[in-house]
Amino acid sequence: MKEVLLAPWPWYISGAMIAGIMVLLLFLGKSFGFSSNFRTICSACGAGKRVKFFDFNWKSQIWNILFLIGSILGGLIAHLFLTNGEPVAIAESTISDLAALGIAAPKGMQPEELFGMASLTDPFNIALLAFGGLLIGFGTRYAGGCTSGHAISGLSNLQLPSLIAVIGFFIGGLTMTFIGLPLILK
Amino acid sequence: MKSLRFILAGIIFGIVMTKSEAISWYRIQEMFRFQSFHMYGIIGTAVVLGVIAVALIKKYRLRDFEGNPIVIAPKEKGITRYLIGGTIFGLGWALTGACPGPMFVNLGYGFISMGIVIIFATLGTYLYGVVKDRLPH
Repeated sequence: MKEVLLAPWPWYISGAMIAGIMVLLLFLGKSFGFSSNFRTICSACGAGKRVKFFDFNWKSQIWNILFLIGSILGGLIAHLFLTNGEPVAIAESTISDLAALGIAAPKGMQPEELFGMASLTDPFNIALLAFGGLLIGFGTRYAGGCTSGHAISGLSNLQLPSLIAVIGFFIGGLTMTFIGLPLILK
Repeated sequence: MKSLRFILAGIIFGIVMTKSEAISWYRIQEMFRFQSFHMYGIIGTAVVLGVIAVALIKKYRLRDFEGNPIVIAPKEKGITRYLIGGTIFGLGWALTGACPGPMFVNLGYGFISMGIVIIFATLGTYLYGVVKDRLPH
């Protein structure tokens, strides 16, 4: 049993549990969508005084901030008690593609080149992470949702706008993967 | 006590995202290169089960734990905002390997550098709020 918990979980278990979380939130009277937390944070910091978009009753979204805090704790708990520290077992073809971009084969969960402590002293890498964050924060709010709000909640409700958004996710993702990353990481 | 439920749901979410390796930049790269079924399996399973669950909720007009009808607010119609906004998000997703949820799970996992992504994602949302009325939707 312990080995099963410590090893990575298969996709069907994880997928089923994500659907379960979405349904649980519906029964708690809420809907699953993570990126709206950024708007809530802006509003809680007083952005509503200057910008109308942030002038809303952010306190009604505290439940989602609690969910956010839980997700941080979940990552911590999983790291402390539920991992065997094995490198992420990605496809050989991905390993060789990434090697061509200067990213070494996995030694753990994330590439040290981008997320290791040493990378925090590299201005170029900090700029890369900052730029990525800007795109995500801007894009998710423009699109009205991220992977949880559109790909999971929206598609589950058979909403056309969510399908269009997911198509956009892939247009952007493929562009970055095949055109952006070779330019940025080389 | 009610707030505890949401923290607990978040904890489960964080554990599932970690254990499925969906928080890993490597897995997102593997997905965008179509070199593994893993991420598609996760999202696909979640969507198929989600569609069934939502259909059942609608068919039987189920109520939430507090007895209120479960209503899922439909997204407003349109194409531009979803396509352009989605594309901008996709660019950032493939670059950092993290969508908003996994950013915070990664932070908990110990990747402090994800804090930079989080701070700038918040700034990105602020920027959207500032220019919102000048953008096509």
